[in-house]
Amino acid sequence: MAKSKPRVKAPKSASKGDVVTIKTLISHKMESGQRKDKEGKVIPRQIINHFSAKFNGETVFEVTIEPAISANPYLQFKMRVEEAGEFEFTWTDDDGSVYSKKQKLKVG
Amino acid sequence: MTEISRRKALALGSGMVALAILPMPANASIEQVMEDIKTFTGGAEATESSIIKLEVPEIAENGNTVPLSVSVESPMTADNYVKRVILLAEKNPNPGIATFHFSSRSGVAEASTRMRLATTQNVVAVAELSDGSFHMTKSTVKVTIGGCGG
Repeated sequence: MAKSKPRVKAPKSASKGDVVTIKTLISHKMESGQRKDKEGKVIPRQIINHFSAKFNGETVFEVTIEPAISANPYLQFKMRVEEAGEFEFTWTDDDGSVYSKKQKLKVG
Repeated sequence: MTEISRRKALALGSGMVALAILPMPANASIEQVMEDIKTFTGGAEATESSIIKLEVPEIAENGNTVPLSVSVESPMTADNYVKRVILLAEKNPNPGIATFHFSSRSGVAEASTRMRLATTQNVVAVAELSDGSFHMTKSTVKVTIGGCGG
């Protein structure tokens, strides 16, 4: 398949104590393992099975993902801002590939 | 003529039987959901509670992508926060949808995603709080495009 491309929408700056909203999406077909091809053979499962969001190395939010999540998995969540730093978002594929994206956050 | 109508009557009859049998596997899946909740809570009781809110559409036109949003009332401090929320679909081939792991850094225990639903069914959410209590809620989603091709 085409290479999965992660996309993140998070604020570039915030004030200390703010709760910010982070939206993420990764292009992925999320093959459920339930579908059959033309010959009636089951198409093997291949999904993004895990997502994690870290801030300055500390895990803020994690998701265990099952095949019931739609193609191009979308996740929206919140984080309370304590200090400036860097987000690191990681998606793990069934085939072992890991996709990640980093983004800095300024406080002030 | 009588022959045909008898045949029709029989066909109708067998159709009814098929309809009566169909809901059976769905019940098996509800048992699987109960089983999954038990695994999640480690045997503890999950009480129906208003602190957990599940936002799903009443009617979903396309079962391939149904928006879902879950939130749990909590101060989200280091010693009182929401640890995990599991989401389950009662009539999907596999009930598991996703498990959200929050931390005290989340600020607000709230997350959204998009899920697949095979048919009209209940979606269940169970939250685990840091004090070890479990809270659950349920919501029904009607799915228009399911087995009948819309």
